[in-house]
Amino acid sequence: ASGAYPKRVKVVEVGPRDGLQNEKNVVPTPVKINLINMLSETGLQVIEATSFVSPKWVPQMADHTEVMQGINKFPGISYPVLTPNLKGFQAAVAAGAKEVSIFGAASEMFTKKNINCSIEESLERFDEVMKAAREASIPVRGYVSCVLGCPYEGKISAAKVAEVSKKMYSMGCYEISLGDTIGVGTPGSMKEMLAVVMKEVPVGALAVHCHDTYGQALANILVALQMGVSVVDASVAGLGGCPYAQGASGNVATEDLVYMLNGLGIHTGVDLQKLMDTGTFICNALNRKTNSKVSQASCRL
Amino acid sequence: QELQASGLPEYIKIVEVGPRDGLQNEKVIVPTDIKIELINQLSKTGLPAIEVTSFVSSKWVPQMADHKEVMRGIERHPGVQYPVLTPNLQGFHSAIAAGATEVSVFGAASESFSKMNINCSIEESIERFEEVIKSARNMNIPVRGYVSCALGCPYEGNIAPDKVAEVSKRLYSMGCYEISLGDTIGVGTPGSMKKMLEAVMKEIPLSALAVHCHDTYGQALANILTAIQMGVAVVDSSVAGLGGCPYAKGATGNVATEDVIYMLNGLGINTGVNLCAVMEAGNFICTALNKKTNSKVAQASFSTGTI
Repeated sequence: ASGAYPKRVKVVEVGPRDGLQNEKNVVPTPVKINLINMLSETGLQVIEATSFVSPKWVPQMADHTEVMQGINKFPGISYPVLTPNLKGFQAAVAAGAKEVSIFGAASEMFTKKNINCSIEESLERFDEVMKAAREASIPVRGYVSCVLGCPYEGKISAAKVAEVSKKMYSMGCYEISLGDTIGVGTPGSMKEMLAVVMKEVPVGALAVHCHDTYGQALANILVALQMGVSVVDASVAGLGGCPYAQGASGNVATEDLVYMLNGLGIHTGVDLQKLMDTGTFICNALNRKTNSKVSQASCRL
Repeated sequence: QELQASGLPEYIKIVEVGPRDGLQNEKVIVPTDIKIELINQLSKTGLPAIEVTSFVSSKWVPQMADHKEVMRGIERHPGVQYPVLTPNLQGFHSAIAAGATEVSVFGAASESFSKMNINCSIEESIERFEEVIKSARNMNIPVRGYVSCALGCPYEGNIAPDKVAEVSKRLYSMGCYEISLGDTIGVGTPGSMKKMLEAVMKEIPLSALAVHCHDTYGQALANILTAIQMGVAVVDSSVAGLGGCPYAKGATGNVATEDVIYMLNGLGINTGVNLCAVMEAGNFICTALNKKTNSKVAQASFSTGTI
């Protein structure tokens, strides 16, 4: 049954990183910087700026240092960056980063295919980053991928998700973002997974990162909110396709999420119109149509 | 209606509106034999109800001009209902003559919408339907009532939940066995869906309620989830998400049946419908319409080679 909803939800904008990283077209550095600057004016409190990973692996994020140094940093807004290892962490801090993120997974096969090691080995790698971050007083956000299904293993046990989340939380991550990486989750599997994870990690430290590949994202987010989760990741204009289902959509659109939260009377601090304008800007730059239905509908009225 | 331990219904009836609501709102008109083939394919998926066509003047709705041929041409599978729209007595008689065994009437919770759509007030439209419902009851023909603009109107904006409850109650007490509450322009959210259902549920038993959500603002599945959490156990949807929104050019309309079933399957709710078979029917009609599907499940399944 639908219980009470949180009064406020923190929206974590992942468009500039997760979004752009998974778009076919690469945008030039000034466009990325302008995107982030526009997002900074919408009321969003957290904007994932870039990824300090080798350009050999992720060419779209090759300009990470320029982006980090080029953006306007507004007080009260956090600009986390991905740091897959100590080297990336050090480069990020040198470029001015004040918050970093690390990525784990609830699937062994996914970890092997993605970063060529086991879950255990990946967490050992992150331990170095955690130590360095602690010393520099830099907060670390932890992501867990494949929480509702894996492109290789299929079904993922909720217990495994809880185990990895607990490890990352006790290592020092202030927040754990649970990712439905291939969007196969439904309100049923979301509820089941959260019930188990919430036994190990306090709900106040949990976030959901839902993909809309099967159209289930908002329904999954709704259930997460009903269970007390109050941090939700989303991507402006729904940027970022799904690398595992060519042509299919990926990230849920921030506009559509904010529209739903507004309708529920939940405070986000985000100006929907400014957000839509930002989406229009980046879609023009990418020469693509928006994935946001709210944006699509509003244009014509 | 049995509820599971989760508080959700054990079974949900899906009312497939693709052949009528869907095709009526598509730019391209498909030939009669394609319509018949679509409905025949849908009849084999396990869907319990398929809205076939509309007995309305072809002057107003040219896409449904072949209503008689379609009604007479389709296979009638046992256990499947084939309702048709009948906006007035003339349409009703024509529908019965063509073999219809269930009809639908359309009301609205907005005066402006009623005026713009069918050129009369809500009260006048209900008087018109009363004739249809009386005749239908005399012949033991069940009548389904639709209430449009239940969560917002393209002309009036916000619609009071009490107004929706009032119109729904009128249609129900006149003899409609079920009231389908339509978010016609898809502006609703779980917040407004909950408020509206709370008001309507005071006047109409839960078992007689259905929701007809449009996905124009991407809110349909979240709205449907809210409705089923409140005990609603009948959901309208359209194969491949056929049918755009006439009020927001280029925007989507009906929620895709495939996406609804995917969600209900994941919730352990029985629908009796074979998802793959629906995707195949969706693939058939999208090919005929020369358009991409609006169903994300179909899109993803196709991309990953699952179908």
